Amino acid sequence: MTSLSCLKRRAFLATLTAASLGLAVSCAPTSTDVSTSPTSGAPTSPQAGGGGSTVTLSGAGASFPAPLYQRWFADYNKENSNVQISYQSVGSGAGVEQFLAGTVDFGASDAPLKDEEREKFKAANNGADPIQVPMTSGSIVFAYNLDGVDELKLSRNAYCGIVTGEISNWNDPAIASSNQGVTLPDEPIQWVYRSDGSGTTFGFTTHLAAACPNWTAGADKSVEWATGTGAKGNEGITAQLQQTPGALGYVEFSYARENGLKMAAIENKAGNIIEPSPESGALAFKGETVPPDFALIVADPSDAQAYPITTLTWMLFYPGYSDAAKADAIKNVVTWALTDGKAGAEELGYIPIDEELATKVQDAVAQIK
Amino acid sequence: MTSLTTAQQETLIESSSKFSGVRLTDRIFYWLTVILAIGIGLVLIWITYSLLSIAIPAIASFGLGFLASSTWNPVQDVYGAFPQIYGTILSSFIALLFAIPLGVGVAIFLSENFLPRKILTPIAFTVELLAAIPSVVYGMWGIFIFIPAILPLLKWVNNAFGWVPIFSTSPSTRQLFAASLVLAIMILPTIIAISRDTMISIPPQLRQGAYGLGATRWETITKVLVPAGLSGIIGSIMLALGRALGETMALAMLVGNSNRINISWFAPASTISALIANQFGEASGLQKSALFYEALVLMLLTLAVNVLAEFIVGRFQQVE
Repeated sequence: MTSLSCLKRRAFLATLTAASLGLAVSCAPTSTDVSTSPTSGAPTSPQAGGGGSTVTLSGAGASFPAPLYQRWFADYNKENSNVQISYQSVGSGAGVEQFLAGTVDFGASDAPLKDEEREKFKAANNGADPIQVPMTSGSIVFAYNLDGVDELKLSRNAYCGIVTGEISNWNDPAIASSNQGVTLPDEPIQWVYRSDGSGTTFGFTTHLAAACPNWTAGADKSVEWATGTGAKGNEGITAQLQQTPGALGYVEFSYARENGLKMAAIENKAGNIIEPSPESGALAFKGETVPPDFALIVADPSDAQAYPITTLTWMLFYPGYSDAAKADAIKNVVTWALTDGKAGAEELGYIPIDEELATKVQDAVAQIK
Repeated sequence: MTSLTTAQQETLIESSSKFSGVRLTDRIFYWLTVILAIGIGLVLIWITYSLLSIAIPAIASFGLGFLASSTWNPVQDVYGAFPQIYGTILSSFIALLFAIPLGVGVAIFLSENFLPRKILTPIAFTVELLAAIPSVVYGMWGIFIFIPAILPLLKWVNNAFGWVPIFSTSPSTRQLFAASLVLAIMILPTIIAISRDTMISIPPQLRQGAYGLGATRWETITKVLVPAGLSGIIGSIMLALGRALGETMALAMLVGNSNRINISWFAPASTISALIANQFGEASGLQKSALFYEALVLMLLTLAVNVLAEFIVGRFQQVE
């Protein structure tokens, strides 16, 4: 009898632990929290940072630039072991919210601050404006899974029709006409979109709203799709593209390249079909005037050789910090990221912002007190 | 309180100076448990209140029409929960459809002496380990192993029975039916563990009596043991249903997250918890409020299931 009751108790405990475990896992926010602690063996150059004592900065926000930010902060920490920066990729919305609530030292967002957010910030900070600066940019690409088709070209008509469901088969004449000599299968197009709110969707739909007359769903971090399947996160999109023959979806260029996804070349405003690359992406901002709050969105670039879907991503700073060491550290990190950090950005497939814009960003950040 | 009085009398008898320390401990313990019991109630009220207070803007703008509308449009700030409610209930229903026969069958097998106990105990333990797998792992397993494995079978079903509306679309790689099957595996341990415990704890006299009357083992199980344990079995099913309704991560990864209703089970769908998990991070304003409204709906749905469970279990206990 004792063994039986013991067994029963164990069974109960097991179910209980399992239930609470399941609960804990399903409730955990999907964020990656990587703090850059100093590596003991790394070479150090103490004077480059701000002051002698350790400065700790914490930031939160967009997930699209998170791999780059984490790499930047880790690299910076190797050179300046007294500055430790942690970044949580909780999403742009949550990042802005934490920034407005003052629970982080800096925020990050894939969309510039909205007017009401700006007003909210001013009300809480004696009328002072937040400092919003672009840190890097990236292209959003159409990635696909089609056996035997390695260089898919999509005209504007084709991709505008696909995202609304008007074009639903791969051998549709609108697709075939720009892919002469390629055998397109008689299969349905399995459209894949991001089901979670994301800056990628914001950038992608901003372009669709500007480029596609038939696109009525608007532009936001999540929109109402008329067709397709939703996948959670870049990793969800990637898994689904790799598994589903005939699938087509949108992801960040850096992500597509890292995972070896096939990317389509698409038609830009000038009518040229452009392959996605850091160079063609950088052309998107050529000749554009930057507004004072750096909220530059080029929905449909006019340069003839520009890849049409490229977006900036921003960091948000407070106009003043009570700890002078923090303010100094922020200035140094931003300057470092926009100069020495360029190599890391290119390696990961991001597009560094050009020198002219970088100078303006550094001027803006220099005003932090 | 009446049951307490005997205990109090006993303490009174022992209330000579020698036992005053014991009395004090008793009293402290009594108040401690009272505070804890009230505390858990307060936490529930607090959570419900916070949900409600954030959901109020959405409740004000959409009212009860929220439950019947199929629009989920963050751009125009128009929201409705019907596709999610439909997906939540249907996925739980399909999961139960598979998990109940399987779970009760395994529970009966494990509670009978078909095999020596040395073998049965490890099997029972393995079943409980299933419950310890995090749901994100089930999601990953579903994406990379389970769905690719059953897709050919589903394609065959679609070819052969495509005229049945629920099998009418070509099976998608993320879909309601396959997600529900993974859900069935996830809720199995709950059904098995509790049903088995119930079956084991049935007084042996019942079984002996049935055998004495000349019943076969099969008759004993179906006519005596299962009816006797029915309240426990139904209780386990209701607990499993509660878990299925609230399951988040695995469904967010597998169900396809399309906020539309498709009559075919092989098409992508959505559930309440999957939608919340997907959109909460980037939501603000009315969208966030609508997500909290959905959470309230889920809470009420689960409450309804629990009340129903109490009711059914109570009924069957009276039948005994």
